[in-house]
Amino acid sequence: MFAFRNASRQISCGLPILAGRRWQSSLGSATFTELPETHQMLKDTCRQFAEAELWPIAGEIDKTQAFPTKQVKAMGDLGLMGIDVPEELGGSGLDALAYAVAMEEISRGCASCGVIMSAHNSLYIGPLKYFGNSAQHEKYIAPFVDGSKIGCFCLSEPGNGSDAGAASTTAKDEGDSWLLNGTKAWITNAHQAEGIIVFATTDKSKKHKGISAFVIPAPTPGLSLGKKEEKLGIRASSTSNVILEDCSIPKDHLLGEAGMGFKIAMQTLDCGRIGIAAQAQGIAQNAFDTAIDYSAKRQSFGASISKLQMIQQKIADMALRLEQSRLLLYKAAALKDEGKSFTKAAAMAKLSCSETATFVAHQSIQVLGGMGYVSDMSVERNYRDARITEIYEGTSEIQRLVIAGNVLKEYGF
Amino acid sequence: MRILVGCKRVIDYAVKIRVRPDKKGVVTEGVKHSMNPFDEIAVEEAVRLKEKKIAKEIIVASIGAAQSQETIRTALAMGGDRGVHVEVSAAEAETLQPIHVSKILAELAKKEKVDLVFLGKQAIDDDSNQTAQMTAALLDWPQAMFASKVEQKDDKLEVVREIDGGLETIRVNMPCVISADLRLNEPRYATLPNIMKAKKKKMDKLKPSDLGVDVTPRIEVISVEDPPVREAGATVADVDELVSKLKEKGF
Repeated sequence: MFAFRNASRQISCGLPILAGRRWQSSLGSATFTELPETHQMLKDTCRQFAEAELWPIAGEIDKTQAFPTKQVKAMGDLGLMGIDVPEELGGSGLDALAYAVAMEEISRGCASCGVIMSAHNSLYIGPLKYFGNSAQHEKYIAPFVDGSKIGCFCLSEPGNGSDAGAASTTAKDEGDSWLLNGTKAWITNAHQAEGIIVFATTDKSKKHKGISAFVIPAPTPGLSLGKKEEKLGIRASSTSNVILEDCSIPKDHLLGEAGMGFKIAMQTLDCGRIGIAAQAQGIAQNAFDTAIDYSAKRQSFGASISKLQMIQQKIADMALRLEQSRLLLYKAAALKDEGKSFTKAAAMAKLSCSETATFVAHQSIQVLGGMGYVSDMSVERNYRDARITEIYEGTSEIQRLVIAGNVLKEYGF
Repeated sequence: MRILVGCKRVIDYAVKIRVRPDKKGVVTEGVKHSMNPFDEIAVEEAVRLKEKKIAKEIIVASIGAAQSQETIRTALAMGGDRGVHVEVSAAEAETLQPIHVSKILAELAKKEKVDLVFLGKQAIDDDSNQTAQMTAALLDWPQAMFASKVEQKDDKLEVVREIDGGLETIRVNMPCVISADLRLNEPRYATLPNIMKAKKKKMDKLKPSDLGVDVTPRIEVISVEDPPVREAGATVADVDELVSKLKEKGF
């Protein structure tokens, strides 16, 4: 899922209208002062769940890199693994704001669980929901909403990340089937996925307009996995290559129409950025909470270090960045829920939240000093987990290109 | 079987409690509140009785200011069927005592014709442990307090009670009042779809006067104080020194 967006080829997207209706809910939108009651209840529930079920295992699975199967199932039982899937398909039928709120709380408990949930909801279910037909919905969404099965999204390749249009994986039309060849890189959830979205070139001459999207069940002959990557953070989620060698799939595995792949990928990443922004926000919040608690309890020079101005400055700076980022996150989600274009807002939220996560985790370690550097406390893990949020689903650099591109367009240039 | 479950909105157990500057109570403004944990256990048990097809309907009641509706909604998300909010003003909520709550619950139990009133054994804010007992007395119904297990036996309920020094098993006729102890069950998390559905469930609004209950306070709070701060101890070298220190202090 380390998939990146080519800003120069950006396709602006609102929500597509499928079967005459918008995928939109009416749960109430965010205000500047507080969340709607339903979202607040959902936030409280996710927080309770994360503190009771995820905090106790987060440190351990970070060390062992063990996939949290049991916790993912429990998240599915809560309704977190099909969060914006319509109830007809067994999902929770919630909106983007609910997704953002839930993702923040889950990631506050365990960032690995956060990315597993994000890749599954945004990158696997997302494109299927918006571009799949009803047969694909039944087969690839309905069994994937309760946490027993998860999916992944294969866009990046060893030779291209940010330049997603340069995909070298090919899909050859063989009459009644497609023949896929190529290697996809840095794929989140690859080792557990039972449903895989793959992007491949069906017509090289058309460049990014010749890319198509496919959905493949796993295991499938011709589809194999690389070794699990050793990572700096989010270590309990699996990341590996997905290798396609003469992988033959039936014709009906095409998602949308041939040539729509790039559009599908870009729209999917717009939605995904709200998820990653919320994940980053959760990581930052956890580090911040730890730093505040520690500063109030730690005695130095005869008083709590929270009384020291140096520490108070850090607290103020961290609180400010957290607040700014959360407002941008809620705004991006609210725009999506209102069916408006949210490309720029999602990029701003992703950029702000991920840089805030890095900043807050860094400053929290400063507040904790030596205690922050050892792995007995969670801020050391938060610091490592934060780093990826500035990289996947569009680096901070790509987000700036997206924002600037949109701003210039707004001014008519 | 119809069950009436009481759920009180209290300051969340994780919040650090602060005494108000006027010493008439604790700070509640801007403080996180949630459902009293013992009430959550009572709601959970009622939902389990419904899942076992023993109970047919669960009515969730809360007595308090407008925000108590959030607590009712949480109970509805856990599996309650409908809610009753007995609304009092913010000022009345502060002086509401177990006797008022018992009278209101007893009236509701009669009005709703329930077979069982299920309450938490105590609220974690005032720790009174009175409401369930007084509700039973006012209704003149059997009571089974501090339940750690509830089972249906023919037309009676068999309740294992946590008592000093062990467990006591009793059988009570219905209608009755049961209060939930800590080990009765582990409450579930409300699922996201159920949180949404809770919004659409019916919630009646009443005033204490609709039930003929007078909530005029009978007790006046004179002063609320912080517990004394624990002073630093001292380390003793050996048992002899410990004994002499204890003697010195007059123990």
